[in-house]
Amino acid sequence: MWEYTDKVKEHFMNPRNVGEIKDANAVGEVGSLSCGDALKLMLKVDEKEIIVDAKFQTFGCASAIASSSALTEMVKGLPLTEAEKITNEEIADFLGGLPKEKMHCSVMGREALEAAVANYRGVPVPVAEGEVVCECFGVTDLEVKRAIEESHLRSVEDITNFTKAGGGCGKCLDRLQEILDEVTGSAKSRIIPMKGPARMTTIQKIKKIEDVLEREIRPALRNDGGDIELIDVDGDMVIVALRGACGGCSRSTTTLKEYVEKTLREQVLDTLVVEEER
Amino acid sequence: MNDVIYMDNNATTKVAPDVLAAMLPYFSELYGNPSSMHRFGGQVGRALVKAREQVAELLGADTEEIIFTSCGTESDSTAILSAVRANPDKHHIVTTRVEHPAVKNLATSLRNLTGHKYRVTSLGVDNEGMLDLDEYRKALSDDTAIVSVMWANNETGVIFPIAEMAAMAKEEGILFHTDAVQAVGKIPINLRELEVNFLSLSGHKLHAPKGVGVLYVKKGTPYAPFMIGGHQERGRRGGTENTASIVGLGKACELAGAWMSLENSKVRKLRDKLEEGLLASIPNSILNGHKTSRLPNTCNISFEYIEGEAILLHMDQYNICASSGSACTSGSLEPSHVMRAMGVPFTAAHGSIRFSLSVFNTEDEVDLVLEKMPAIIAGLREMSPFWQNRDKG
Ligand SMILES: Cc1ncc(COP(=O)(O)O)c(C=O)c1O
Repeated sequence: MWEYTDKVKEHFMNPRNVGEIKDANAVGEVGSLSCGDALKLMLKVDEKEIIVDAKFQTFGCASAIASSSALTEMVKGLPLTEAEKITNEEIADFLGGLPKEKMHCSVMGREALEAAVANYRGVPVPVAEGEVVCECFGVTDLEVKRAIEESHLRSVEDITNFTKAGGGCGKCLDRLQEILDEVTGSAKSRIIPMKGPARMTTIQKIKKIEDVLEREIRPALRNDGGDIELIDVDGDMVIVALRGACGGCSRSTTTLKEYVEKTLREQVLDTLVVEEER
Repeated sequence: MNDVIYMDNNATTKVAPDVLAAMLPYFSELYGNPSSMHRFGGQVGRALVKAREQVAELLGADTEEIIFTSCGTESDSTAILSAVRANPDKHHIVTTRVEHPAVKNLATSLRNLTGHKYRVTSLGVDNEGMLDLDEYRKALSDDTAIVSVMWANNETGVIFPIAEMAAMAKEEGILFHTDAVQAVGKIPINLRELEVNFLSLSGHKLHAPKGVGVLYVKKGTPYAPFMIGGHQERGRRGGTENTASIVGLGKACELAGAWMSLENSKVRKLRDKLEEGLLASIPNSILNGHKTSRLPNTCNISFEYIEGEAILLHMDQYNICASSGSACTSGSLEPSHVMRAMGVPFTAAHGSIRFSLSVFNTEDEVDLVLEKMPAIIAGLREMSPFWQNRDKG
């Protein structure tokens, strides 16, 4: 079962503004039955371009219904130019957050809003253009690029969570990775370069290794009647001696590599190699 | 709030009170290792002998044909991998498109096994979830190492003609496995009369606890263990026995034998009342799966133009538990592979709800579900943009 916030549950059980506006002058329809969710957003915009009424009809899961309800509450009373700026993140935030697998429901809300605004202005919906990447869900490359940029997506899985692209047959996953690389590659120059692997002096290393040995590794080995001693640190090479029951144990190499080395790599430096003293 | 109305027994079942009672001593005073030489462990060993007899009795098998495992999934893996190893020169497996992931994903993984270029034939099903036996016969070849076909489908309850299919495999000299996790305890099974080489069952689907299962291996079937270790299960499945759960599973099999007639009278009646009631009171509701070749406890209905997760969460307000083949509940973005294999249209697949009953359900519960469902469905349809436009296409 999904972990929904109380606000999501509340908006799902008691959705606001369900229904139709007969004289709506801004209507946005997105999604389809085959996609598993769809939203029809209807707005009434007055002559001062203020949204005086908003209603919706939604086919979909709890988070799709809650996102639609939230969206109508958010836009009511707003000037169109303000409403336009609402992002999917803001819809999700209004609900106290959505599970990340359900973020596409908030994206659907934003898309419906854009479609409604475009409908009001009599212009084509902007993201309907572009080349379809995901055939299962009819997602275009422009939509994918936009989601990557706006929501700072960093993996293909994120893209699927936000746009549904790649969530069907999976044929487009490679293409999604390419688009991701394209977008984030071009973004790289703008991002402050990450610090390379931390440099540590040997003394610092020894101290940190001793800390981890004492705090985590020794207690675990002692449980099995064993012990470990740090003999030397030479560059990335960590020389240790296994004592007690571990000494003659046939599984000692496994313990060293699978447990000691892994733990030290995680907590000290990921290039460390642990060897047993000969 | 009323007590929980549990109609999700194909997902898992309640541990029967008698099963729990039978298990409890093995968590406390009777903690000995059944392999030990002392009498203290020996008495636990004797309890396992009894449990094995109880399982064998329900299946129409001999005790030497019963291997205790940790779950249905382990039984499925063991059977299929065993047949693969026993037939190193064969590189083909026949299965269906509607198997549980325990078989489906294993078959897919065989394709990628290094050194083996495995071919997998996944037989399709018709709109009612039934197989085409001609297509099945044609799929069998000299290269086929094993056939793995579920006895009853977990989502729809549809029953496959296992006796016939196993006989056809035998004629071709091909090993036959059936995942009977959903069938055992719900329909009578007599393995002595069948050409089934391997059968999997899982404790938690028949009122025993989670984490215990059985693999039946017919005498004379080539076998290679999956869990290699000690001499437990006569070397066919290493690992100190999960004694309490095995004792519980034995008891559950004994109960299942005694309850078999109830499954096919009381449970079936309740299911039919629920099914007929829902179909009659809710427009645009469609039964998924064959009407008669079906488990007595399962009913899968699509409510068109709305989505399953939303339905389930509304049902949850009344403490009614069921499940759905919709995309949103599975965590994937597409409706279940079973609904897709059956060609259930999208208007219906997303809104499919599975009710699966057990002997513990009552008529009052069915009445309450029948009372609550129409308003839930109508409320969600009121909200659906497709409901009002349904005839406009
Ligand atoms: C048909 C079928 N096979 C296998 C399994 C897996 O059983 P287990 O959960 O014991 O691994 C299930 C249970 O979900 C099932 O329904």
